Amino acid sequence: MIELDNVGYNYGGGELLTNVSAQLSPGSFHFLTGPSGAGKTTLLKLCYGALSPTSGRVRAFNMDVKGLDRNQMALLRRRIGVVHQDCRFLDHLPVKENIALPLTVAGKDLSQEQDNLQELLNWVGLSERAHANPPELSGGERQRAALARAVILSPEVIIADEPTGNVDWEMSQRLLQLLVELNRMGKTILVATHDLALIRAAKNQVQTRVLRISEKRLQLAGADL
Amino acid sequence: MSGGRIRRLVVGDAQADRVVPPSGFTAQLTLFVAAAMAFLAVFALALSLASGRLADRWADELARAATLRINAPADQRAAQTQAALTVLQQTPGVASARALTADEQAALLAPWFGAELPLDSLPVPQLIEVLETESGYDETGLRLRLQAEVPGAVLDDHSRWRKPLVDAARSLRRLGLFSILLIGGAMAGMITLAANAALAANAQVIEVLRLVGAQDSYIAHAFVRRFTLRALVGCGVGVVFGMIGVWLMPAASQEGGFLTGLGFVGWGWLMPLAIPVLGALVAFVATSRAAKKRLGALT
Ligand SMILES: Nc1ncnc2c1ncn2[C@@H]1O[C@H](COP(=O)(O)OP(=O)(O)OP(=O)(O)O)[C@@H](O)[C@H]1O
Ligand SMILES: [Mg+2]
Repeated sequence: MIELDNVGYNYGGGELLTNVSAQLSPGSFHFLTGPSGAGKTTLLKLCYGALSPTSGRVRAFNMDVKGLDRNQMALLRRRIGVVHQDCRFLDHLPVKENIALPLTVAGKDLSQEQDNLQELLNWVGLSERAHANPPELSGGERQRAALARAVILSPEVIIADEPTGNVDWEMSQRLLQLLVELNRMGKTILVATHDLALIRAAKNQVQTRVLRISEKRLQLAGADL
Repeated sequence: MSGGRIRRLVVGDAQADRVVPPSGFTAQLTLFVAAAMAFLAVFALALSLASGRLADRWADELARAATLRINAPADQRAAQTQAALTVLQQTPGVASARALTADEQAALLAPWFGAELPLDSLPVPQLIEVLETESGYDETGLRLRLQAEVPGAVLDDHSRWRKPLVDAARSLRRLGLFSILLIGGAMAGMITLAANAALAANAQVIEVLRLVGAQDSYIAHAFVRRFTLRALVGCGVGVVFGMIGVWLMPAASQEGGFLTGLGFVGWGWLMPLAIPVLGALVAFVATSRAAKKRLGALT
């Protein structure tokens, strides 16, 4: 689904990532870990095309991400659901409309999607908060809303950046549960986190692989977790 | 622009409209500018239509008229007038020639000397009104012939003093049309500024829309639609007020001359209705360009 081939990246200063190669095969569940500032968010952005590599190649769905124009990029975004680290919303629209936003911008008729939308709200446990505006949500609610928005177009790949960044243990278990369910539906999952306890909890439920960024390179983490 | 796009622009998509937050000051600015510009455009239009009418009338009616003055001692005046009329009747290109009656001459002088002018006892020249045909007469030839046969005759060709007036009316019309162009340009400039301000204020919104897979055309359309409709409404209001203003001006009258003729005539009243459509078009183009440029620059 997504392949990184000898990818290098720098923001204009020194090299942040070098010789990064990885493959996310369909239906796989990957964690990406590493110290803060190691480049986890950067690597995810390379995967979904928000950044293009300074060297090497990123392929998503067998397309070189670098060669995509703006419209193709927008279409790529619809095939990869992303939960951003600072999940941003349109603050003037209620949660429900924010979750439906990918449908809206794709020109879908929302009135035909009401059942799906309601089901999704129930699934992430936000039906009660459907009409609240995003600034009124708690951290955990924001994360769940962001996850719901990421999956509403039924993307094949879901990328989440620190989805449990600012929620308590119980809530992070709940979010993990949602991701595991998505993986069981056949979705390809990539989650960046520095929460090792979360990774251990996941390992008990699904088969996962853990990638770690260390000294600008990507390594497969072993049993040391 | 396809029919579907126009439909989408006018009818819109309630959901798509909501993705850009209603923005206070750019909306008001656009409405106000559109209304003010449309108001001015109505007057510029009235001015250029009125001066156009005036130029046409002067050029048309008066261009073919001339006056022949007979300066002769009282005893020869009638004979010379008769001789001049004969010459004129024989001149090709003269449609008609008619000596003014004493009453008519008195009426012409009345504004200066009062009505009780004893015209008979004054050495007032006899006037002959000459109307040309379409093709006109040979002026030099006529002058030479008059010189030989009617010594007291002086041909006064109106076009000498009328031409600057017609020119003035024509340039007034050009000025009015040019003002409309300037008004359109100024409006395009202001709306571009307002659209840019709205795009800048909504940078975060645009970012979120892109993150969820919105194409540039979708984002641009959300802004373009707003500004186009605002310009349409603003111009509509401005035109209504402008037309009321023109309508309240005193009706055309002889005494008021040009100033009171400053209005619309007949079908002319429908012309200002094109202003909101043109204003909306200006806003559409200005906002489309601003959005395209801005979205192209944002990465
Ligand atoms: N737009 C940018 N321009 C320049 N430098 C950047 C930019 N974004 C990130 N960086 C730098 O790149 C490095 C890696 O950032 P990144 O966000 O990928 O780290 P991270 O592993 O996700 O960290 P965290 O765990 O804190 O989220 C950091 O040193 C950061 O300061
Ligand atoms: Mg990060």
